[in-house]
This record gives sequence, C-alpha cells and structure tokens, in this order.
Amino acid sequence: MRDVAVVGTGMTKFGELWGQSIRDIFVEAAQQAIADSGVDYIDSLYVGSMSPGLFVNQEHLGAVMADYLGVNPIPATRVESACASGGVAFRQAFLEVASGASDIVLAGGVEKMTDGADVTDVLAAAADQEYEVYHGITFPGLYAMIAKAHMHQYGTTREQLAAVAVKNHRNGVKNPNAQFRSEVSLAQVMSSTMVADPLRLLDCSPVSDGAAAVIVASLDVARKLNKNFVKVVASAQASDTIALHGRESITTFKAVVEASKKAYKIANLRPADINLVEVHDCFTIAEIVVSEDLGFFEKGKGGEAAKQGLTAIEGGRIPINTSGGLKAKGHPVGATGIAQIIELYEQLTSQAGPRQVKNVRRGMAQNMGGSGASCVIHILEAQ
Amino acid sequence: MIGIVGYGAYLPHYRIKAEVIATQWGADPASVTRGLQLFEKTVPGQDEDTITIAVEAARNALRRAQIDPQEIGAVYIGSESHPYAVKPSGTILVDALGIGPHVHVASYEFACKAGTEAMYVAYSHVKSGEMRYALGIGADTSQGAPGDALEYSASAGGAAFIMGREKVVAEILHTHSYTSDTPDFWRREGEDYPRHGGRFTGDPAYFKHITEAGKALLEKSKLSPRDFRYAVFHMPNGKFPMEVGKRLGFTKEQIETGWLVPWMGNTYSGSSPTGLTAVLDVARPGDLIFMVSFGSGAGSDGFIFRVTDEINKVQDRAPKVRQMLDEKKIYLNYGEYAKFRRKIKLNE
Amino acid sequence: MITARYHREIPQRYRLEAGKCSTCQHVAFPPRPVCPKCKGRSFETVRLSEEGKIVTFTIVRVASEKFSKQTPYAVGIVELQEGIRITTQIVDAELDKIEVGQRVKLVFRRVQEDGRAGILCYGYKAIIA
Repeated sequence: MRDVAVVGTGMTKFGELWGQSIRDIFVEAAQQAIADSGVDYIDSLYVGSMSPGLFVNQEHLGAVMADYLGVNPIPATRVESACASGGVAFRQAFLEVASGASDIVLAGGVEKMTDGADVTDVLAAAADQEYEVYHGITFPGLYAMIAKAHMHQYGTTREQLAAVAVKNHRNGVKNPNAQFRSEVSLAQVMSSTMVADPLRLLDCSPVSDGAAAVIVASLDVARKLNKNFVKVVASAQASDTIALHGRESITTFKAVVEASKKAYKIANLRPADINLVEVHDCFTIAEIVVSEDLGFFEKGKGGEAAKQGLTAIEGGRIPINTSGGLKAKGHPVGATGIAQIIELYEQLTSQAGPRQVKNVRRGMAQNMGGSGASCVIHILEAQ
Repeated sequence: MIGIVGYGAYLPHYRIKAEVIATQWGADPASVTRGLQLFEKTVPGQDEDTITIAVEAARNALRRAQIDPQEIGAVYIGSESHPYAVKPSGTILVDALGIGPHVHVASYEFACKAGTEAMYVAYSHVKSGEMRYALGIGADTSQGAPGDALEYSASAGGAAFIMGREKVVAEILHTHSYTSDTPDFWRREGEDYPRHGGRFTGDPAYFKHITEAGKALLEKSKLSPRDFRYAVFHMPNGKFPMEVGKRLGFTKEQIETGWLVPWMGNTYSGSSPTGLTAVLDVARPGDLIFMVSFGSGAGSDGFIFRVTDEINKVQDRAPKVRQMLDEKKIYLNYGEYAKFRRKIKLNE
Repeated sequence: MITARYHREIPQRYRLEAGKCSTCQHVAFPPRPVCPKCKGRSFETVRLSEEGKIVTFTIVRVASEKFSKQTPYAVGIVELQEGIRITTQIVDAELDKIEVGQRVKLVFRRVQEDGRAGILCYGYKAIIA
C-alpha cells in the first residue's frame, strides 16, 4: 500500500438549509474541495449518506452527485454505514488510492434531514429494526440506556454528561460552519427538555442538513500540488452486534476498542501520541464512553475527565471535538465522518483560527454507526 | 366426568373511579356508587385488547390444567370487542400459546354472553368425544359512549376455561340456554359505541332471560337454590345480579363471592366468567355452583357445576382474580382514560 | 404494509423461540444461521423463560410518529433467566419507580399497529414482577 494524503477540503454550513436540496449541498462542498486542493481531475468519488432514501426518497446517490457535479463518467458510489457513512466513504477513498487503483479520489458525505421525514423513525433504521425498533426504542433511547448503565456501573453523573455539551458548544462558537454558535451553561443543559431519561435535549446532537468533501490523493500527487496536505497514517474499521442488547458490555463500544487497537498498531502509536481527537458525540454519553474506549482515559473516568476540563482546547490533556463536535457543529449524518477529517486537516495545517490547538502533530477521527455496531477510525499526521 | 380442568382470569392494572366519570359529566356520583353499586372499573392499558386479555387468562388456565397445549382441539373466544371486524382473535392466541395448528378456532359474538357460549361449545366438543380438551374464553374491552350510563360500568377483563374429562376441577352437571329476539342493547356495524333501550334492558331483557334460564336449570337438575354454595349471574351493575338472584331464590351470601362488579365493572363477555373464577378460587370439594349469563339481543346460558377434590391442587397454581382486583392498581384521571380508550379525535 | 414481515417473526414475538446450538449449547435469540460462539450451523428450537431482570432502561419521551401517542413509555434491556438479553417495553409501571435490577416477567401485549386500518402487531412486554 502506498502513502495517502488529504489535499483539500470543502463543506457547507451545517444547519437547517431550507433553500438547498441534497444535491445542491453536496455539489457545493465537493466543488469547494476540488478548488481548495487545486486538482484538475478526480478518478472517482464516494458519497457517504445514511438514508437519503428515507429522508428524501432519493437512492442512487453516487450517480446523482456525479451527474450534478459534472464529473461523468467517473465511477461514483454511495457508501452506507449508518452514522459512520462519511468515515467509511473516506476509508474507501483511502483504500482506492493506497491500492494504486486511483490517484485522486473525492470522499464526501451528505444528509438532508429537514425535508419533512419522521427523523426519529429514519435514524432508528440504524438499529435492529425487528428486535429493538419494533419495541419502540429510539436512538436517543439506546444511548440513554448506555448512559443509565454507565451511571449505574461507574457513578458517572448527570453533571459530567452536561459538561460535554458545555465544552462542545464553547468550541462550536469558534467554528464558522457550526449549526450552534452559542454557549450553553451546565444548568441550561441539565434543565433542558427530557428526551429519553437521563438524556435531555442539550445532550443530543441536532437534526441538520449539510455536506462535506475532501480530496484524497497519493503522496506523490500531494507533493506535486505544492500546498498544505496531511498524511493518513492509519485507517481501521470494526463491527459489533447490531443490537445493543446483544453485547457483553453495554458500557463499552467493542467496535471502538477494536478499531482503535488496529489503528494504533498500523500507525505504531499509543494514545499519548495523539494530540487531538474528533469523536462521534451523537449524545454526550457517547463522547464519554468513546474517550475511554480509545484509551485516553481509564474506563469509567471519562465523565470526570470531561468535568475537569481535560478535553478542552485550553489546558486540556487531549482536546476532544475542537470543531464543536456533532453536538454543536451539527450532525448531518452522512457528512459527519468527513467533517471530522476536515477539522483534523484544519488543525494539522494550522488553519483552525480561534480554535487552533497549539503544537499538534497527530489527530484522530472516530466515527461510529448505530449504537456502536460500526466504527471507523483514522489517524492523520501533519507534514 | 366432564367439566373444567383448568381456569384462569385476567384483569388489567388500570382503574378509573365512578365518581371521576360522574364529575366529568356533571352527574351525581352517589347515584352511581350507591344507586348502581359501581365504585370503580378496570381500564385496559393502551396496549391491551380482547386478544391480549384472552392470552393472559388462557395462560393462567394452562398453568392450572398443566396439560400439553397441543392436545387442545378447539379454541373459541367470545367478545363484543374483537380487535378485528374480520380476522379471528383466536389465531393470535393459539400461536402465542403453542396450541395447534391442528385446532378449531372461531370468534364468537353474542353481546355479554359470547363467553359462556364459547364455554358451552367447548364443553360439548369434549362431551361428544371429538377431542380431549377444548378452550372457551370470554374477554372484552367493553365500549361505553362518553357520558352514557354504560361509561360507569364498561370495563376490561376476561376468563378462560379448559374443558376436559380427566382431572376435572368442576364437573358440569347441567346446562340450559334461553334465547329470544329482544332488542335491548346493540351496536351496528361500523359504529363506535353501543346503544340501549334504557329501562327496557331490565325486566323484558336481563331479568326475563336469566330467570327463565335459571328456572329451567333448577327444574332439570331437581335442585333448589339452597342446595348451592355459590351463584353467579351476569353483572351489568351491582344491583341487577343481587336482584335477579333474589327473584330466583338465592341469597346475598351465595352471590357475594363472585360479585366482582362494584370494583371491576362490567367486563361484558368476561363478566359472569370472571365471577365464576372468583368462586373457583375459593370453592371447596363438593360445592355446587349455579351460574347464568346474559347477553343482550337476548339470551342466557346456565350451568350447574360441582366442584371436585382436584380443586385443592389447582387453586394456587395461578394468580387469583381477587388478587388481580386488589393489587397493583393504577388510577387514571378522565383525560388519561379518554386517551387510553381512544375517545379523543386525533389528527391522523 | 408490514404483514409478511410481521408474520415471519411470530415464533419469536409470541413464543420467544430461540435457537440452541447443537455443538456448543449457546442459545441465540432470535435464532440465527451461524452460532456466534462456535460458528456451528445446527440448532434446536427452545423457548426462553418469561422471567428476568432489568439491566438498563430509559423513558422514551420523544418517539417516532408510530409510537408518539404512547409517550412517555419505558423501554429496557431485560436479561432473562438463561442469560439472554432482549429489548422490550416495561409497562403498567409507575415510570419513576423503575430501577436497574428489578425483577420482571413478560406478558403478551399489542406492540404497534400498521396505521388505523392495518394489522395489529403483538409481542412480549415486561411488567414488574
């Protein structure tokens, strides 16, 4: 396998984009990425999207986007892995370039969630439809059960959950593309509307429209482009049972543990070698559990770490979700995994402005699908 | 010997008090509580219906009978609130309980006596020698229009009886049915709520059919009311069964044990059947039980049971109906009740 | 229309039929073609017990349209006596009295319906024992 780099990025603002369709936003992000990278062609494209069929009745997204981006007849493929669709689309692009089959590939992600679909119902399609969703569980409900178990087992507190939302909103203020650019207080989080006990509205990532795209190229191509690029030093993916109840432990994401083990091994790194992480904080509890499962904190201590500010940009031991995370930046499902890569790219090329973490060399992106049945992890390195 | 080899009841946990309904409609609560002897009634949970009630009652009957469900040759569910207008309730029940698929199944409807008709047919199947066991069930989630007198009584519950020849707990000695075309209470196809003839539901309907069936039964059996330890009659309210019992020569003491209606309400097809389970829960070997149902339209089914020694073994194998009536009650206000019973017009 | 799809799952939804691996005795619910423990491919049908305890739970207050008239309702993961875990609603309970570790038993209830005129869908739910 040859070395692979990210050479350009583009994304729409995340939020309620009433005036734009799913193809409008994808094309906007993709054109930005192509322009940013300076490439004059792409060999193929991947578009990560969780459920355009249920959200806007549009399948066959690869063809739609290649057509509207004006890049026919290159191969164009939609990738689906629930909320990890974007991360897995990036991994497909990485593998295609690493294998030598292509030199320049566009990896994008998109979701249009506000066109009137029953969002709770659509998101639940990422769980076990026959043995979880049939019984009325929702996505917030699944993570709420994880939170309840984590609180029961490790003594994680309501306030610690809220600390994650407070920190991510604080970061989101500094991200021009974020859906929410306002701070929230612990008290506001803890008194927001209950969605699925113990999770409240401000523990949940929002419903968002948005698209993100990056250009993945071989290191040779990247060098010739003569601009900022970051190297992909690990790409790893793992799976777990589709149903939360099928797992030995409800307080650990085994797919996260396994994927991160692989990623560390591929890159020959340890958690301490990572300078910042974008994690899949679809709910506050997810950030806490994932921060433990990635090896940054001892099992059961993730909540305390968040509360103590160990994951903040300023004075943190390991800044988590400098972009604002899914919580504040927004979570247009399929775009999320790509947007995480973009945040790492900006941080590692020192273009993150007011949210720039000092002296960063390596960043990790952790994107997961369902209640943790899929996880894809990438480690990027500054050049 | 042919009779009941296993019995079981089921009542939902939810309740509404009669005074809450009366207050809602500006009526005098005392006229309901004192006048009709109705204090509270069971309300089905939002996820309960005739089928789920029948399944739970039949599970309790199977726990008592301890037979292989595969040996049940027929299942009949009597109700006036079958969840489907077309599609039998019993198919769901047999698949839930592991009965069949080599089994006869049908839904019965005869207002409040569909349950006893189901029991009678199940009994007849065994008596004819066609099959070893047959299951007859009466269950309802009764309808009563908002503000109508029926709203104080229309409740939810049911009882199931497995008929057989071996290890009979209550032998059926005699049966009798009395039927005539009497339009005292009805619900037309597609209508949400039943209508009734007011006071016409009394003497020409309820009292006439129960007393005629009861008299015939006494004649057939050459028994007199004082030979019975217990008597159970259909219970549309608290007053009627006591009154009809008196007319036939039974005492309050004989009726009281199965008289669940003041705290249960009228479970329609499940009414006299649940009353019978309350009696079987406490009966002793040798006790004679007199039972007459009533279904509007109109008709009455009468049964005489003799309790056997087997009763001692089965009573504790499943929850007793008085327990269900007294324990784990969850009270609803009228708004919750209206929501549970789908009386609120939704934007669907 | 969910009729065929619903009908297929009846043995599991009504009777909790599971697959017991003939090689390693691992019980899988619902039954699967490959044993997740030993990769065995032959199974016998067993019925799970109807008693268990609450492992974790939540109160769903915002539901999909299909369940929106039932909110708030409790859903939990219940561990049955065999050690098998299932997701199920916890009903007829005072929502603020439900706790992790409570013993429950399974009852037969209506779980959802396919609109006003479609089929009714039944299955197991838990009540506090």
